[in-house]
Amino acid sequence: MKNNWLILTLVGEDRPGIVSNVTRVLFAVGAELGEAAMMRLGNQFAIMMMVRGAGSPEDVIGLLESVRMTFDLKLHVDETDAALHQAREPDVLITVHGADRTGIVAEVTAALVESGFNILDLRSDVGGTAASPIYIMQIEGEARQGIHAIEVAIAALGAQGLSVRITPLDTVRG
Amino acid sequence: MTSLEILTYPDERLKTGCAPVDTFDPTLQSFIDHLIETCANGPGAVGIAAPQVGMLQRICIVDATKARRPVDNHGHLVLINPEITAWDGFAVGREGCLSVPDYTGKVIRAERIEIKAQDRFGKPCTFTMTGFEARIAQHEVDHLDGILFLDRLVSRHADLKRRNPT
Repeated sequence: MKNNWLILTLVGEDRPGIVSNVTRVLFAVGAELGEAAMMRLGNQFAIMMMVRGAGSPEDVIGLLESVRMTFDLKLHVDETDAALHQAREPDVLITVHGADRTGIVAEVTAALVESGFNILDLRSDVGGTAASPIYIMQIEGEARQGIHAIEVAIAALGAQGLSVRITPLDTVRG
Repeated sequence: MTSLEILTYPDERLKTGCAPVDTFDPTLQSFIDHLIETCANGPGAVGIAAPQVGMLQRICIVDATKARRPVDNHGHLVLINPEITAWDGFAVGREGCLSVPDYTGKVIRAERIEIKAQDRFGKPCTFTMTGFEARIAQHEVDHLDGILFLDRLVSRHADLKRRNPT
């Protein structure tokens, strides 16, 4: 199982140098990095990253202990069946926004799964002010039962104060 | 008719500007037929440019008839020495490339272009293209200038223009 991809999750207060220090340690032992998503969430910086060639999950945790302490990171490592070259192409973008409240993601995604939609990428932000926050969410995915099924499924969300926009995505491949 | 081998990034020939075509002879016609066949066999391809098969000449195919959803188009086009002469508006859209397998990304392109070119026999022609077809043409003309869509990527989270405003 030595060559399986591990998925590392690292979270800590955002400050310069986290990515550089984590990847330097992994590079130094000859590890290979696969696909990664890194972003600021709130005031935290979050890393999800495919890594292999650095040993077992316990080995990786040991390698990164010094960096983890320096940056006060939370670290989690899982052995997975992840593989590269498995890209899927989204054919719909769904943009949702409205006054922030609990339940937006649950309501929207419940409607989407009902319509056969498969989420490939979801990013949400809270904007506005602390007193009047707004929630903005962008979802890309596959409309497995067509656009009309999504339109039907989300029709009721407008009455719940959400603006939902569906944009078909066509990919130019040339 | 057999498909030609498609060069893939980072082959240097994909980063090389192409020379104009000045001879419309049977050799050119034969090459164009092979290029058409190669495009037809490319998975999901709506266009192709000569440098993608190692021919560094200003020849490309634009075929918006193959869009997944019907779009305004001028049919299956063979464009020789194409030149974009006017641009208007812009939109973010998703692009992939036969020469960059297994990756798609977002690129900003003009929404409406005017393009002048010659057909496969050298006859001058002009087109006003919009939307998806305009995007294909810009992608292919970029190939003729040694530019890949990778050179024009914008943020993964850039919003995409609505096709059907309500």
